[in-house]
Amino acid sequence: MATSAVPLEHSGHAEAHELSFIRKYIFSTDHKIIGIQFLLFSLVFLLVGGILATMMRWQLGFPNEPMPGGGLFPETMAPGGILLPEFYNSLVTMHGTLMVFFAIMPLLVGVFGNYLIPLKIGAPDMAFPRLNMASFWIAVPAGLLMVAGFFVEGGHAGAGWTAYAPLSADPEWTGVHAGQQLWLLSLAIIGLSSILGATNYITTVVNLRAPGMTWFRLPLSIWALFITSILVLLAIPILSGAAIMLYFDQTIGTHFFDATDGGQPLLWQHLFWYFGHPEVYILILPAMGFVSDIIANGSRKPVFGYDTMVWAIVSIGFLGWVVWGHHMFQSGMNPTLGTVFMISTFFIAVPSAIKVFNWMGTMWRGNIRFHVPMLHAVAFVAMFVIGGLSGVFMASNTFDIYIHDTYFIVAHIHYVLFGGSLFAIFGAITFWYPKMFGKMMSPLLGKIHFWLTFVFFNLAFFPMHSLGIGGHMRRIYDPTQYEFLQPLQPINKFISISVFILVASQIFFAIAFIMGWFNGEKAGENPWEDNGLEWSTPSPPPHGNWEKTPHVYRGPYEFSSPLVEEDYLPQFKKLDGDSEPAAAGGNGRG
Amino acid sequence: MSWILPEGISTFAADIDLIYYWILVITGIVFVVVEGGLLWFVIKYRARPGRKAYYIQGNTKAEIIWSAIPAVTVVFIGLWSAIIWDDIKGRDSVPEGSLAYDVRAEQFEWHFTHAGVDGTLGTADDFQLRNQLHVPVNQPVVLNATAEDVIHAFFVPALRVKQDIVPGLGAVIWFEATSTGEYEIACAELCGMGHYRMRAMLTIHTQEEYSQWLASQSPVATAE
Ligand code: HEM
Ligand SMILES: [Cu+2]
Ligand SMILES: [Cu+2]
Repeated sequence: MATSAVPLEHSGHAEAHELSFIRKYIFSTDHKIIGIQFLLFSLVFLLVGGILATMMRWQLGFPNEPMPGGGLFPETMAPGGILLPEFYNSLVTMHGTLMVFFAIMPLLVGVFGNYLIPLKIGAPDMAFPRLNMASFWIAVPAGLLMVAGFFVEGGHAGAGWTAYAPLSADPEWTGVHAGQQLWLLSLAIIGLSSILGATNYITTVVNLRAPGMTWFRLPLSIWALFITSILVLLAIPILSGAAIMLYFDQTIGTHFFDATDGGQPLLWQHLFWYFGHPEVYILILPAMGFVSDIIANGSRKPVFGYDTMVWAIVSIGFLGWVVWGHHMFQSGMNPTLGTVFMISTFFIAVPSAIKVFNWMGTMWRGNIRFHVPMLHAVAFVAMFVIGGLSGVFMASNTFDIYIHDTYFIVAHIHYVLFGGSLFAIFGAITFWYPKMFGKMMSPLLGKIHFWLTFVFFNLAFFPMHSLGIGGHMRRIYDPTQYEFLQPLQPINKFISISVFILVASQIFFAIAFIMGWFNGEKAGENPWEDNGLEWSTPSPPPHGNWEKTPHVYRGPYEFSSPLVEEDYLPQFKKLDGDSEPAAAGGNGRG
Repeated sequence: MSWILPEGISTFAADIDLIYYWILVITGIVFVVVEGGLLWFVIKYRARPGRKAYYIQGNTKAEIIWSAIPAVTVVFIGLWSAIIWDDIKGRDSVPEGSLAYDVRAEQFEWHFTHAGVDGTLGTADDFQLRNQLHVPVNQPVVLNATAEDVIHAFFVPALRVKQDIVPGLGAVIWFEATSTGEYEIACAELCGMGHYRMRAMLTIHTQEEYSQWLASQSPVATAE
């Protein structure tokens, strides 16, 4: 049954038949190449998103002073180098949009879903390699359309990444027309890319596991990507549908979200957050998975409570569907509903807490190696704790009255998405880079990058909590307009300077990434002495991944097992007394 | 950097603030324990040659404990919040005999219709002010708010009041101020180019002052 999903060109032989350069590196169907394509794609957007943030921080720290380099921008954006408020709104909108949809999400799901799933479950490739190629090549035009919005008349979308209607529905309110429409089209298109990817990941995990790779021997990274793919498959179509409705409001005169003609603005918020809350778990679950793998490796210990960790992922994935109203406590939604959503939101804090304690349990009595990926993974835990705790403040609908739409939220999202997801991504990139490129990244540059990022991240974002407690609204162009915000202006300035250093520090990552490629030390098969199947094939693995399908004898985290001398015992290593796994349930070739 | 809330001047501000300080203390303790534990682990269990990690797969009892503690804590915060929430935002929370105002929000200004000396809206002595709201102290006040164009949010940090005003849906907002003075009203929902300057002033008078002020405004001295 499973074999039919693998196209013939992939089955059987690992040695690559001669493919043209274009087929091998551009229109490739190899999951590893597609993963690397997504990596380069999303790192570019990460950089662009960071630059947009730097510009916003200039305006907030130094309101109405000409921005260095601001003269390069046209009159419609920054006359005399001073950002215009409408351009600032586009920056806010596009920073959020690019980071969520074009940087973090493709980094987690597009890059590592692609790269890791086949390699970690012992499959030669994805179940549908051509769909996989399509998913990348659909993302590219979506990215181009999104960037194109900056160059159209009326400017880019400026209604926030949440695009609340009717601000986003009618150009009358913003003067933005083509920009908002490109924004919607681009999201609908990249949504298609995500859906194709998710279909592929789910099918692959279900059907193509190597003999012996039972569900409860899957690494947590794969469990997380699997559950995430289900969330993607169910959540993205809701966004796409809502985006198309809003597009019709913008273009052909429907009034889904426009109250003046009988539409309902809150419908947009319900649709957006019904997608949006699962989306934030899409943005964190894979990160949690990578971190589990890396912490076990770094601590040289099995993951503490593997089964509980799996159930925590599953229950977060499930509960994530019933909490969306916590984004709408102050929206005018029925107040009783506010209480219901508060309770469900508090429940979701429990599996999050369990995960944190189990990571700590994993490190407890370990023999911790602080390689660069481990530094990032530990930082992930430390930062995710702060993001989770700030979530508790906002989950109280009553206290949320005060902090909703303030910098407290901005602090929260950055602790979970930068402190959380992005640190996990740096951990994952530095951990799997040797497998991807066959070279090691410089540990020295990696450590410099880590420490600068860690320190300046906290200096930039921790003070935002206190801005929020001071009542500082988010998404405002010029805080000095308000008397009560003027005493907070020194904090704004401090944050801005920290952000500039934080962004500049990323140069060390770029250098390490590029230098590793050209003259990094050659990586062996298993440089981190890890247990996963991906470490049983050369770095980088050949087309088809293995000469012979690996067999799996045990779970993924047998570190420091008393059965062997060394402190790791790979899934693929056969000990005397291990019996050969049955082929059933695994991939068809086994 | 401060964790102290600015002065609160409404009847429910103290309730909201108390929840905040409780959550601050609880999360503060969790923060110190968890981050401290983490730091302690990375120092204590750093790799040393010749040592092997302790081989253990988990411990159900420990896991039950550390699931139960957060569960109980959040249920406590949740129930407490629910009660206060109902007092502030519940459907029947607006106090009897509140003094009514009409509020109209539009890009990028606020219009406040004050009932004149007669204290009733919809009569000839009503008058409207742009970006200015005057209320008496120690008197429940209810704002019947509508939005002309896009969503705006009525935010008075000192009162701990925030409420989105959705076009077509409107909002009913009430509060009772407990001290006099001038406080800023902000728009807290991104509403377009001028969102950042959609600012208004709230003036809270003593009862006597308010009557005098009303008399000086109505019926013809309207701002618009
Ligand atoms: C303990 C777990 C968490 C709780 C209790 C929690 C709670 C909340 C609440 C109540 C809000 C809405 C606040 C408001 O608008 O007034 C919020 C906003 C948000 N949360 Fe969380 N959260 C948690 C974890 C996460 C995670 C893991 C992520 C993402 C990786 C995340 C991402 C976001 C984002 C992006 C927003 C803001 C959306 C926006 O308005 O732009 N949260 N969170
Ligand atoms: Cu949410
Ligand atoms: Cu506004």
